[in-house]
Amino acid sequence: MTPLAGYLMVAAMLFAIGLAGALTRRNAILVLIGIELMLNAANLNLIAFWRYGPHPEALTGMMFAIFSIAVAAAEAAVGLGLVISIHRHAHTTDLDNMNRMKG
Amino acid sequence: MSPVFYLISAMTVAGGLAAVLFKNTVHCALALTVAFAGLALLFLGLDAQFAGFAQILVYIGAVAILVVFAILLTRGSETPKDSVYSSNWPAGLVIAAGVFAVLGWAVLQSVRFLPNETAVPKVTVLDIGNALVGRYVLPLEIVALLLTAATIGAVIVAMHEKEGAK
Repeated sequence: MTPLAGYLMVAAMLFAIGLAGALTRRNAILVLIGIELMLNAANLNLIAFWRYGPHPEALTGMMFAIFSIAVAAAEAAVGLGLVISIHRHAHTTDLDNMNRMKG
Repeated sequence: MSPVFYLISAMTVAGGLAAVLFKNTVHCALALTVAFAGLALLFLGLDAQFAGFAQILVYIGAVAILVVFAILLTRGSETPKDSVYSSNWPAGLVIAAGVFAVLGWAVLQSVRFLPNETAVPKVTVLDIGNALVGRYVLPLEIVALLLTAATIGAVIVAMHEKEGAK
């Protein structure tokens, strides 16, 4: 197995773990944690392809990963703000109990 | 494939698994930090020093702290009496396993065609900075706008609304 394939397999594992967490947990914050894991797995893929692909000096994969980190940080801030707002409104972060569109 | 790679990968995957499986939410956040640190080490192993340290700064320094704050503000650290998993967790598990099967199959099928440049890329932080304000200046400005909008949006969404105040 080449090094790149090893990194891709680790990223696939992390993505699947994050997806499983996002789909099976009840706490909204843990769903966000799962989404963060999935984003990180994608970043690992970008960096691995940058390192082992041709023309690393063009920095394409690296730039993609850096912008992806910035967007993920914005996503985490807004997502956790929403969770806090929902908790204030409904007094729960349990997603199974959030089944109404109307407050 | 060096033993260091296997060690760091095992740590990262174990951290991710623990973050998803632990019952106590605070423990999940701590396990998430371990997974982020493992990813930063993997980035360093890929000769991407800037991305590795940005990962440590942004994820361990900011996102993990934000998650802990959100857990404490929502009293999510109290473990619920019934299951921590949602009612339709088998379907989620099947979907995740299917996605992993497809991804793993695709990687294993394409091993022969994957690029394998062994030369270490000589990229300094100066190169990254020059690229950021040169070729990638428009995405940089858009990200700046996005971060400003996201910060203001997060504050407004989470702001405490007084009763009757307009």
